[in-house]
Amino acid sequence: MLENIRLSFRGILSHKMRSFLTMLGIIIGIAAIIAIVSTIHGTNEQIKKNLIGSGVNTVTVRLTQGDWDYDYSGGVPDGIPMIDETVRSELKGISHAEGVSLYSMRQDYDGVYHLNDSISGGYVIGVEPDYFATVGLTVKSGRGISKTDLRKAEKICVLDESSSRTLFQGEDPVGRTIEIRTEPFTVAGVVTDKEKFEPTITTMSEYYTYSQDQAGRVYIPISTWPSVYQYDEPQNVVIRADRTESMTDIGKSAESILNANLSSTEMYSYKAQDLLEQAKEIQQLSESTNMMLLWIAGISLLVGGIGVMNIMLVSVTERTSEIGLKKAIGAPKKAIMMQFLTEAVVLTSTGGLLGVITGIILAGLISQINGTPVAISGTAALFAVAFSMFIGILFGYLPSRKAANLDPIEALRHE
Amino acid sequence: MILDLQNINKNYGTGQVVVSALKDVTLQAEEGEYIAIMGPSGSGKTTLMNIIGCLDRADSGTYMLDGADISGLNENELSDVRLHKIGFVFQTFQLLPGETALENVALPLVYAGVPRAERLERARESLAQVGLEERTSFLPAQLSGGQKQRVAIARAMINHPRILLADEPTGALDQASGAQVMELFQQLNDSGVTVIMITHDAGVASHAKRILKIIDGCLIDPAKEGDQA
Repeated sequence: MLENIRLSFRGILSHKMRSFLTMLGIIIGIAAIIAIVSTIHGTNEQIKKNLIGSGVNTVTVRLTQGDWDYDYSGGVPDGIPMIDETVRSELKGISHAEGVSLYSMRQDYDGVYHLNDSISGGYVIGVEPDYFATVGLTVKSGRGISKTDLRKAEKICVLDESSSRTLFQGEDPVGRTIEIRTEPFTVAGVVTDKEKFEPTITTMSEYYTYSQDQAGRVYIPISTWPSVYQYDEPQNVVIRADRTESMTDIGKSAESILNANLSSTEMYSYKAQDLLEQAKEIQQLSESTNMMLLWIAGISLLVGGIGVMNIMLVSVTERTSEIGLKKAIGAPKKAIMMQFLTEAVVLTSTGGLLGVITGIILAGLISQINGTPVAISGTAALFAVAFSMFIGILFGYLPSRKAANLDPIEALRHE
Repeated sequence: MILDLQNINKNYGTGQVVVSALKDVTLQAEEGEYIAIMGPSGSGKTTLMNIIGCLDRADSGTYMLDGADISGLNENELSDVRLHKIGFVFQTFQLLPGETALENVALPLVYAGVPRAERLERARESLAQVGLEERTSFLPAQLSGGQKQRVAIARAMINHPRILLADEPTGALDQASGAQVMELFQQLNDSGVTVIMITHDAGVASHAKRILKIIDGCLIDPAKEGDQA
């Protein structure tokens, strides 16, 4: 076997140009596969990271009408009670739930102003003091919302970085006053933006899911909500899970607790926004497009394999007298077969190895140009090399059998 | 008796055009004999050589080699016989052009499953026996015709075969190189190897102890014919 491998390498090196051209099909196919897989892998990792947030496992449960979040601007529909302390403690009792915070939220298109600057399509969110900690936002300057603010229904607000930028153009907003629906609010502090994620949006529901991340947010104490929007609204819930894997279960439990208090769930119901599930859906979407690319790369591999078969047939013809001699001096059929199979496999796996290297370089280039992240998968690389070996066996079989079946007398006569 | 061929027939072609290459050939050889088979081209001498060398099978007749019946063996068993009992020397040397003299000589041992270090060691010894210990790392193209044939003989002998089969071993060589080859054959024969050589050159054939002639597929022993006459 070692002898066969040694001979194969000698054969490849003695026809460098031919071997390289033969391998090219395999190199291109494998490189394409590695590049595609690495890109898929990287994108998936990023989607997961962005959606779920780094280490902040929050589950949001909102009142929905059909597939849409319910917007209370038209009034609170009948049969939807406020979330009271009993329900809150039930929510807190869900296993793996670490923190529960209630909030009201509305997208306001023309309500938030500082002088002549407004945040159109921004969100006004009525929150409790522990909201920032629950969703994993940190205070960048000034302070957050305190219990006193909540108790006294103070007209203070906390901006996130985007809304601070839009309203104050980089000036320090702390202590300044903004208007929300003509009510003056003092800016108490600035918190970090919710993690930004800009996926390719292809459906309405995806647009809905991600569009809210684009505009700025203004946080006010939830007790101040009626002074802006006239009445209290049934709140939404955000729950922090102690681990990512529990997010789906927590969402389901919270849904059933909240829906139990509704008089009817036909029109309106609470739905958990399961980021884990969404991440998977987006991953599937990107995978299905990339599957197509993988098929194309697969065809390139097939063509490469046929090239290998072709060159192996040429090689067998060229070396007819060598085969004849080897048979004459006692090489069994099996040995001749193995020699040529080994040569084909060495050829394709060298091609595969070069393909993996090219693919990694290619993936790096793609990530440089597109800015998409790339994760090189060791498993994929191993699989690619193993697969190119398999191609060698598959397409080397026919030429090797031809060599093994040569009649030594005929073969020796061949010049 | 090392060789015992009885009533060997071999035909080529099928249907209406059947060429009879060997007709009722009977040949016996004792261990340590030195036989030359002479005949013009087309007489069937190469066919006989191929059958003796287990490269080809007779259509009818029996062939005992070293006490074993060869007629019924399958292809793999035949290659095993070739590996262990027969050494071939060809007119055109049949060395692998990309391999050194040493690797060429060591080649049969690959199929005998000998480890590489031992293979090369034995190849070196074998090359020394044909006087080419200085040429181990030369490629065939860097060797003269005579040297090439000596490498081929070293290769034929490396697995200690019982029979050395040579097909026109001096056919491509000049006088001096041919003589060297004949000298080597003599040495090998002296050491007990049975040598069977095909040639059309009477001068070369004269080195053998027994000369047979083959004409139109019939093997004739001139000595016996002489007795009869």
